[in-house]
Amino acid sequence: MRDTSVSRLLLKAINVDLQSDAALQVDISDALSERDKVKFTVHTKSSLPNFKQNEFSVVRQHEEFIWLHDSFIENEDYAGYIIPPAPPRPDFDASREKLQKLGEGEGSMTKEEFTKMKQELEAEYLAIFKKTVAMHEVFLCRVAAHPILRKDLNFHVFLEYNQDLSVRGKNKKEKLEDFFKNMVKSADGVIVSGVKDVDDFFEHERTFLLEYHNRVKDASAKSDRMTRSHKSAADDYNRIGSSLYALGTQDSTDICKFFLKVSELFDKTRKIEARVSADEDLKLSDLLKYYLRESQAAKDLLYRRSRSLVDYENANKALDKARAKNKDVLQAETSQQLCCQKFEKISESAKQELIDFKTRRVAAFRKNLVELAELELKHAKGNLQLLQNCLAVLNGDT
Amino acid sequence: AEVVLDDDREDLFAEATEEVSLDSPEREPILSSEPSPAVTPVTPTTLIAPRIESKSLSAPVIFDRSREEIEEEANGDVFDIEIGVSDPEKVGDGMNAYMAYRVTTKTSLSMFSKSEFSVKRRFSDFLGLHSKLASKYLHVGYIVPPAPEKSIVGMTKVKVGKEDSSSTEFVEKRRAALERYLQRTVKHPTLLQDPDLRQFLESSELPRAVNTQALSGAGILRMVNKAADAVNKMTIKMNESDAWFEEKQQQFENLDQQLRKLHASVEALVCHRKELSANTAAFAKSAAMLGNSEDHTALSRALSQLAEVEEKIDQLHQEQAFADFYMFSELLSDYIRLIAAVKGVFDHRMKCWQKWEDAQITLLKKRETEAKMMVANKPDKIQQAKNEIREWEAKVQQGERDFEQISKTIRKEVGRFEKERVKDFKTVIIKYLESLVQTQQQLIKYWEAFLPEAKAIA
Repeated sequence: MRDTSVSRLLLKAINVDLQSDAALQVDISDALSERDKVKFTVHTKSSLPNFKQNEFSVVRQHEEFIWLHDSFIENEDYAGYIIPPAPPRPDFDASREKLQKLGEGEGSMTKEEFTKMKQELEAEYLAIFKKTVAMHEVFLCRVAAHPILRKDLNFHVFLEYNQDLSVRGKNKKEKLEDFFKNMVKSADGVIVSGVKDVDDFFEHERTFLLEYHNRVKDASAKSDRMTRSHKSAADDYNRIGSSLYALGTQDSTDICKFFLKVSELFDKTRKIEARVSADEDLKLSDLLKYYLRESQAAKDLLYRRSRSLVDYENANKALDKARAKNKDVLQAETSQQLCCQKFEKISESAKQELIDFKTRRVAAFRKNLVELAELELKHAKGNLQLLQNCLAVLNGDT
Repeated sequence: AEVVLDDDREDLFAEATEEVSLDSPEREPILSSEPSPAVTPVTPTTLIAPRIESKSLSAPVIFDRSREEIEEEANGDVFDIEIGVSDPEKVGDGMNAYMAYRVTTKTSLSMFSKSEFSVKRRFSDFLGLHSKLASKYLHVGYIVPPAPEKSIVGMTKVKVGKEDSSSTEFVEKRRAALERYLQRTVKHPTLLQDPDLRQFLESSELPRAVNTQALSGAGILRMVNKAADAVNKMTIKMNESDAWFEEKQQQFENLDQQLRKLHASVEALVCHRKELSANTAAFAKSAAMLGNSEDHTALSRALSQLAEVEEKIDQLHQEQAFADFYMFSELLSDYIRLIAAVKGVFDHRMKCWQKWEDAQITLLKKRETEAKMMVANKPDKIQQAKNEIREWEAKVQQGERDFEQISKTIRKEVGRFEKERVKDFKTVIIKYLESLVQTQQQLIKYWEAFLPEAKAIA
């Protein structure tokens, strides 16, 4: 399946103030879903001298995005930045399974029902596909918009090198995953560890992020469940519509027309309900999921700062010891200076990053909540119209 | 003291078909007495408040009579009787406890001594009424509306004193079902004339209905007889001279299947709607928490507003689930049971035919016997044979008359039933759609109130 249109919707939804910068513009212009992988066409437009051409495209797979993300994480120079969270792995398993089950059960339902369900499942597949495209695009755009990260060499290679990046070794991926898990586990430990930060700003951010991250996690999960229930109810409307249709075509009394009209209503109203569920998913669930990942990235930044603070404190202690013993003092002094510089550099950029994070977050929530409300209104009004029209016809008949 | 437990006191013949089918709705536990899938408990207050609404959503609504209908009434007497079942009250303690319901009749019909009166009745009284009516009218072709089903699980919870939401829901479901049952019964012009019905509605004291025990010897015997009957029915090969009956039977069979399918889908909807309501409530709480921890003031406020909106929407979903159930789902399950009664009536006609057939065969045998006796020249045996012939001739005639009568009655009853069915469905479905309209209107209100709050995030 190739599709690009809705990927832009989600992009705008999450990252409101990413300037369409003439210097560097990145997007996913096309995507192809093959049996167990997705191939993204990454399209770049740039006036920067770093690139050989002004406009070019390459094909990338999910693992290559992860490689890029991991290279940022591993880079000490970027310790003071919020690294844009990696896009989640494309997951079509559930959807594929459902389509398969449908195929197996084809004999047990009417042709009409089968067609309806097939359309439904295909739409679901398409929606998941669009989402994964959008997630990958958002990641690239965040990097492209970041004043430092956009200059990263690996990023340029990723954008331009039109051969395979050969990073699909599973072992390396697993190693990196482990590495990350450990980081995250200890991150909370270090951040939470009793030492109160001298800097009020970071103290506040620490407290805030820990709580916020947990709450966003919870809200994201609950929103997901809510959206799925909505979809289940919409699916029921589908079946009810089919049953009413069958009743309408079989009945011997004058209630046939009535049943057929109501069946039509259920079919139409179901489409709206499905849209409500999809929009809630997009504007609410996806928003929360994204900020779950971003807030984790922010926490990781705090962790790195804390770690560098610990290093700095240790270097201070080592210097004192060296001075006391009058041994290797110069070495200790150099080491302490480096740690101090590193810590101050991280603190400075971290402060700006966290302020930007807040700005981005507020803007994204505002945009999505406004759009959510507008869409809910649009759908409710549409539904109302449908229902009132139908009632007018039914009451007119009886 | 008698304990009201589960058993079907329905007339044998009406239930014969159901015993054979595997997925008879009677056998399924009542939906709302089970905990709903998404575990959040619904507090009794939220049930009782809409209950007053749902009460007006169930019985009286369906049976509004228009001017034309009143004038159409066959026997010329203005049909004006309204039944309400209300105020369920627990009487007694422990396993001997029961629910008493107030049955209120409002009528201008002259056959009643007052124009408004009420009595207290318990569930077994309703079952007793039905069994009396069934035994009198079913076998001559009248479609006697079936009484609501019993439930051991539901009632035990109530007896034991579990004041939780599921037992409240159970009582409300039963109350509404009893009301619909009585409304349908009094709408039947023949049944309305029945003295047992009048006694049920009017007299303050009613003799206790017996034989409503489950698992009693009589109960088991009844179940066995039903099964045997079902088998018998399947082997009656009737010589159908009237295509109308065959056609109608097929139609009702189809209708039954379709209704069951629709009912299953609507039950799924009720279930998912309740789930949605619970999940919305959970999300609302979560959003409120998120709003609390958000350190940007305007966004924090907006998130709290969102939480409030979602809480209100949760209420909406609950109310809609009520409507889904009490209007749509219950209508369908009522009709599934009514159609079983209709099928029962067709079965009676077959039995009636069988009886007539048997009488004819016996008469033939008696005539043969007479002939034999004449040849053998046994005068006293001849006289006996002649007597028997006369007896059986009368039986054959009676059999034919009975068969014609039941056929005629069924035609009329089916005509009436179909008209009622059309009216019922139209009325209830329209009311249901109106409930959907209300939900959408409320949604619009809530989101319109929220939108400026979201825009205010600076």
